[in-house]
Amino acid sequence: MKDDTLSATFQAVADPTRRTILARLAQGEATVQELAEPLPISQPAVSKHLKVLEKAGLIERRREAQRRWCRLQAGPLREIAVWATEYQRYWDESFERLDELLKKEKSARQ
Amino acid sequence: MHEVMKASQSTAKPASITTPNDTEIRIERTFEAPRDVVFRAYTDPQLLSQWMGPREYKMTIEQMDVHPGGRWHFTHIDTDGTEYGFHGEFREIVRPERIVQTWNFEGMPGESLQTALFHEHNGRTTVTSIVKFERKEHRDGMLASNMESGLNEGYDRLDELLRTVH
Repeated sequence: MKDDTLSATFQAVADPTRRTILARLAQGEATVQELAEPLPISQPAVSKHLKVLEKAGLIERRREAQRRWCRLQAGPLREIAVWATEYQRYWDESFERLDELLKKEKSARQ
Repeated sequence: MHEVMKASQSTAKPASITTPNDTEIRIERTFEAPRDVVFRAYTDPQLLSQWMGPREYKMTIEQMDVHPGGRWHFTHIDTDGTEYGFHGEFREIVRPERIVQTWNFEGMPGESLQTALFHEHNGRTTVTSIVKFERKEHRDGMLASNMESGLNEGYDRLDELLRTVH
């Protein structure tokens, strides 16, 4: 994978409003209006966030009559999910080994 | 992103890994031991090589000069014999409370500054590591590099994770 794709994904999910939008879209397609409703920001501001998400490939937008729909594209999330699980695995496994070592150290002291 | 981080299933008490801002990674874990013992496990090369890294990796410590200005250098060797080198310099050693050290993953751009804080409470010790990069791209690049090693076995857990996302 290219680094710039990953950076765009990171940048897109680094913002709490955009994470809220993604969480909403994880439940299913929604109109821009539906997405904007619970958010404490203006609709143009929401549109700006949607543009960032679209550019990162995280959402797809389409028009139907007067409505603008958004849908989640989970592909790029898959990429950051892989590093997240691996980074977590590295530390969890290290710390489990440290638990065992500490147990040995403690009993050696007693 | 915090949701993604909860993906680990390996232990009853996984480390908490979060990205508090653009340039940092924060790792926190509690251990059933007093902090002088935990501190020693972090600073004594004989102990460190017994726990740092995945089980299937071998670890060699080429240098570990634990005082301010002292250099450290270790290598992980995976099952294919591929070597991953790490090195840096200790900046602060406050026994048994605090270790500040620079950290380089050989072959990756960007040096990070890692601060490990040891807090004891009722005989248990919480270690909080804050890894700070100079630039956001370096942090993201370092995290991304973990992907390559995980492509084979990461997908099972990833599939489960994605079911919760999608």
